[in-house]
Amino acid sequence: MKVGLFIPCYINQLYPQVAIATLELLEKLGVDVYYPKGQTCCGQPLGNSGYEGDAKGSCQVFVENFKEYDYIVGPSGSCIYHVKKHFDIIEQTPEVIKVRNNAYELCEFIVKILGKTDLGASFPHKVGLHKSCHGLRGLHLGSCSERMDPPFSTEEDLLNNVKGLELMSLTRKDECCGFGGTFSVFEEAISVKMGRDRIQDHLDNNVEVITGADHSCLMHLEGLINRNKQPLRVMHIAEILNSSI
Amino acid sequence: MSHAEKATIFNKNEAKVNWHDKALWYVREKRDNAAHNVKEWEYLRDLASAIKANVLSDLDTYLVEFEANALKNGIKIHWASDAEEHNAIIGKILDDNNAEKVVKSKSMLTEECHLNPYLEAKGIEVVDTDLGEYIVQIAKETPSHIVLPAIHKTKEEVDELFQEHLGTKPSNGNPEYLTNEARKHLRGKFLKADVAITGVNFAIADTGGIVVCTNEGNADMGSHLANVHIASMGIEKIIPKEAHLGIFLRLLARSATGQPITTYSSHFNKPAEGKEMHIVIVDNGRTEQLSREDFRASLHCIRCGACMNTCPIYRRSGGHSYEATIPGPIGSILSPGKDLTKHSSLPFASTLCGSCSNVCPVKINIHEQLYKWRQIIVKDVKQPIVKKSILKIAGSVLAKPKLYDFAGKSARFMLKYTPRFMIYSKLNAWGKARELPEIKNENFDQWYKINRKK
Repeated sequence: MKVGLFIPCYINQLYPQVAIATLELLEKLGVDVYYPKGQTCCGQPLGNSGYEGDAKGSCQVFVENFKEYDYIVGPSGSCIYHVKKHFDIIEQTPEVIKVRNNAYELCEFIVKILGKTDLGASFPHKVGLHKSCHGLRGLHLGSCSERMDPPFSTEEDLLNNVKGLELMSLTRKDECCGFGGTFSVFEEAISVKMGRDRIQDHLDNNVEVITGADHSCLMHLEGLINRNKQPLRVMHIAEILNSSI
Repeated sequence: MSHAEKATIFNKNEAKVNWHDKALWYVREKRDNAAHNVKEWEYLRDLASAIKANVLSDLDTYLVEFEANALKNGIKIHWASDAEEHNAIIGKILDDNNAEKVVKSKSMLTEECHLNPYLEAKGIEVVDTDLGEYIVQIAKETPSHIVLPAIHKTKEEVDELFQEHLGTKPSNGNPEYLTNEARKHLRGKFLKADVAITGVNFAIADTGGIVVCTNEGNADMGSHLANVHIASMGIEKIIPKEAHLGIFLRLLARSATGQPITTYSSHFNKPAEGKEMHIVIVDNGRTEQLSREDFRASLHCIRCGACMNTCPIYRRSGGHSYEATIPGPIGSILSPGKDLTKHSSLPFASTLCGSCSNVCPVKINIHEQLYKWRQIIVKDVKQPIVKKSILKIAGSVLAKPKLYDFAGKSARFMLKYTPRFMIYSKLNAWGKARELPEIKNENFDQWYKINRKK
């Protein structure tokens, strides 16, 4: 099984530690993982802003980079969701279809494809899970609070197996953090208010570290936490799953 | 004003935002609890959605069937292609009956058609009898929510309003006292009304009857007392069979307020002896929306308001920020179909979190339609030049890996070495309340080149 590591643009540029943790974790799990050169972006910021027509070039680059792999795995539910959901704007060649079908968010890949939930990690902290919307409602990484389906959560299955980790429950289990890509700047007031409210929920429930499978949400929350000097850290779930004492 | 500008103003009073958010979240939770008690909830949603899709695919046939059956029952049917015709039809019915006083129960369609100002200009007294609508009417406002029209007002604000308009005593916002006072006042209006106007929740093709759901019984009180009952309905209110009510009534009340059933689900099948009953069937842009394949399913809507209660943006921006008759997520996919330029900011008033689509009892893919409207709006409505240029340039940079590599490195260099006061300038909306991420010495590409040799 040949796996292509997809590192979203903002993680590559701003959060290399998340990419490193993802790579190391996959290697630890015995995955034959490659990082194709020349990756740019899935095109989501353009699509969500109404300019999906201008994103065709980046979609093509993506497919070109990953067409030879059995699976494409990335540490971002949102970007993977975009590939699966919105790459319908380019011609659906067998290569495009293959890439879209085989693109996986990291946690889902580990649980569903590798069939593992206990990764031998250890992280003795009180952790709050931010269930990012595109991973949750888009990729169905877990059950949603609005739907009456049997409860499950891919990320919780992984976190509950981390030694010493205490998963704190939140008052609002899956409310949006307000990042929303360009929404975060064009609807700045609401975006910030939503983020603050999410953070307060974690603080009220004694969380020390906020984690999630989408670092864009975490970047937004981290920006607020750092500005307001709040006693919280954010870490991508890959960093937690890759940590040991 | 755009939704973002209005929402920014609403957010100046954080305590009020918190209160508004919590009040609506409470309704959302009530809905969750009520839905959890129905084992087949998701199945009911599938059924309701399929029935609505069937209705829309054969709407003309169902409407004609409905009309024929209603006529057989002695109901008078009127067809209105737009708001103007709707108002004129109602105006004529009132003239024919020498009516001077009208009581209305809740109808978002008459709001959409701006019926009240039309009738008032004719010298007719119109009283909204739904308590929430009555409150916004005397405050000279519009509903901020389709089920909870006065949800933007605290009970203390209602107290003041009633002191001014009903002469009530200060009560510190005592809901029981205020409701009783409103009831007493409205009772007089009911008794003197010449005509009662109601909305329609469901129009049943195979019986020609309509169903109106209220919690206050005001639709019944109005229509039983007045000699003339006029019901206004959009063409999409049709359901094929009476038996389908079992699906829709269960979904509607639970989705709207978390009740197992609305207090009154009133069936109107024919006029009472010696009285008149009229139904005005209104298009007003609906067939145009029906013709848009991507947006057709927006006409499934049964006006439960659940998408508003769950929407984290609606809860924190208030209904009036949408400047549309129907606010919130569903309004943001309906309104652009009516006036794309006026409502062009609405599809962007969303993070596309998808919660609206998940709560929707008739499974409208609201967040997907928001995404689709965005694609249309940037083409058809003039966009701010800076926003447009940035995104267009980004598109071409992201299509060229080498250019992207250079741009990424340059941006990180700039962010790392530019003085803070320049980065956190007025132009940086991100940085107003948030820090930017700390810039590391290398990106992942650089790290990988050094640390992995594959």
